[in-house]
Amino acid sequence: MTTEALFSIPHTAVVKTVTIIIDGKSLTVPDGISVAAALLAGGVRDFRSTVVGKAPRAPYCMMGVCFECLIEIDGVPARQSCLVPVRDGMRIRRQDGAADLVTANLGDVA
Amino acid sequence: MSEVVADFVVIGAGPAGMAAACEARSHGLSVVLLDEQAAIGGQIYRGVETAPSDRLEVLGKDYAVGRDLTSAFCSSGARHVGGATVWNVSTDGTVDYVTNGSSGKAVGKYVLIASGAMERPFPIRGWTLPGVMGAGAAQILLKGAGALPSGPVVLAGCGPLLYLLAWQYLRAGASIRALVDTTDRSAHLHAARYVTGALLGWRDLAKGIKLLAALRRHRVPVYSGCTDLAVEGESRVEGLSFRHGGKLVQVPASLLLLHQGVVPNTQISWSTGSAHRWNAEQLCWQPVTDVWGRLGETSLYVAGDSRAIVGAQASAVQGRLAALAIAARLGAVTDLDRRAAPLQRDFRRHTSIRPFLDSLYRPRDENRIPQDGGVLVCRCEEVTAAQIRRYVELGCQGPNQTKAFGRCGMGPCQGRFCGLTVTELIAGTRGVPPDEVGYYRIRPPIKPVTLGELTR
Ligand SMILES: Cc1cc2nc3c(=O)[nH]c(=O)nc-3n(C[C@H](O)[C@H](O)[C@H](O)COP(=O)(O)OP(=O)(O)OC[C@H]3O[C@@H](n4cnc5c(N)ncnc54)[C@H](O)[C@@H]3O)c2cc1C
Ligand code: FES
Repeated sequence: MTTEALFSIPHTAVVKTVTIIIDGKSLTVPDGISVAAALLAGGVRDFRSTVVGKAPRAPYCMMGVCFECLIEIDGVPARQSCLVPVRDGMRIRRQDGAADLVTANLGDVA
Repeated sequence: MSEVVADFVVIGAGPAGMAAACEARSHGLSVVLLDEQAAIGGQIYRGVETAPSDRLEVLGKDYAVGRDLTSAFCSSGARHVGGATVWNVSTDGTVDYVTNGSSGKAVGKYVLIASGAMERPFPIRGWTLPGVMGAGAAQILLKGAGALPSGPVVLAGCGPLLYLLAWQYLRAGASIRALVDTTDRSAHLHAARYVTGALLGWRDLAKGIKLLAALRRHRVPVYSGCTDLAVEGESRVEGLSFRHGGKLVQVPASLLLLHQGVVPNTQISWSTGSAHRWNAEQLCWQPVTDVWGRLGETSLYVAGDSRAIVGAQASAVQGRLAALAIAARLGAVTDLDRRAAPLQRDFRRHTSIRPFLDSLYRPRDENRIPQDGGVLVCRCEEVTAAQIRRYVELGCQGPNQTKAFGRCGMGPCQGRFCGLTVTELIAGTRGVPPDEVGYYRIRPPIKPVTLGELTR
């Protein structure tokens, strides 16, 4: 799951850190950044797999429009991780499929 | 649930929204501004208030100058609600949002939609693989977190934001393996028609020239006039292949940043049932408004890049103009035309370069309307270009009907990332203009809301 990170955050850019837990593992990350940024800099490449083809996906837009960064945060599934700031002790789980909650959240989109 | 009432409710804390709020406050209007980001700034000035000095230096003067606007906004007396995701806007001025897991309502006599732009989708083979992102997305990582690519990065596409990011990366010491430029060489000829207008915007032109010179100085391999882009890799990106000067070229990449301009984020205006028209120069939808930005006979106005792409400075001016018009309707301004005239002149000056840019960086047809049937158009529901063409053969007339044929546009992004492609793909297959094909019917909630949030 975690490999060499695609992005790195230079130490000079970090004032304060917090610890988040991703799939049971602790990750120390700069405070004030989004969950998606923290995971990308923490070496997470696949955030979820798709409902239909079970293909791996990761953030594409970082601004709340593509919904590729959906992930479970503190027990709430399908959060847009690019819009949620990290918090100390936050528990994050990657999602496989997860069609049910997405439609449940959106109601009638047709 | 919390409820606030104000003269003027603004959605979006970018240049358009902040400038509108400042203008409205200067005429004594009460203002509430909502934005789903925690901090003000919008896309261009994201994180500008808290950016450390080395980041300000890397991002450049055009970024740092955003502090003038953010501090004017902070001292304007407008109320800012950060982390507020708007999911419903009614034509009477009611705005519903969620923040921190609970719901809120802001009721305005008038509402300004200033939700800005998003990067245009870049549907090519393999664009869904992890490791492929928008160049604007990577810039958000830089502005918001100070994050830089760990290894050599490949940038592909066209448009000012792509070159700007390349320049910012070079300043930050990041390494660029290649810049794969898709600008059509014949576009230079078309764009030449607009040179007089462009010269009025000579500052922007000079900036562009400076960026390209920096790329050359750093010996970044630049491939220009590239076609047939395809992302390589099975479960993550491994490289980019493309055609350059008749030859097939492959560059390895673990991080590939795509960009071909920005388009208005029209999700809110569509959801209000307002009329939209196809903008054939910018190849996107835009809401139909009067000169001040008003949507039909509603209490809603639109300003900035969510109305049509005009850039940050013109967005701010347009925000002011909308606020002035609203202040006049509320009786707080009596000499609207006199006050608006200098702003309208500013607006023309800031947008004089647009036709030139739109023409020069017009994204290639093949990068908007995939010829390769295997390309995923709807990323959420995994619908391909070939499938959509097949729906048309079976009688599908427009984007709404694709939903019934194969759930296209019905995933969580609600068509934000496939809508433009689907419109153009169907129009092309049917041989009719995009206006005739239309767009998805967008209904609230335009952002996910849970029952729990609605009851809190
Ligand atoms: C990723 C990206 C990066 C860019 N970087 C640059 C740059 O560096 N330099 C440059 O000159 N131009 C840049 N642009 C173009 C730039 O966006 C605009 O010219 C300028 O920011 C437009 O100002 P605006 O006020 O219209 O919208 P924006 O600045 O985009 O502000 C819109 C705001 O609305 C908010 N919003 C949207 N939907 C909702 C909702 N449902 N609920 C609540 N809030 C919402 C957003 O969070 C955002 O803060 C960029 C565009 C993008 C997409
Ligand atoms: S990365 Fe696109 S919505 Fe989060």
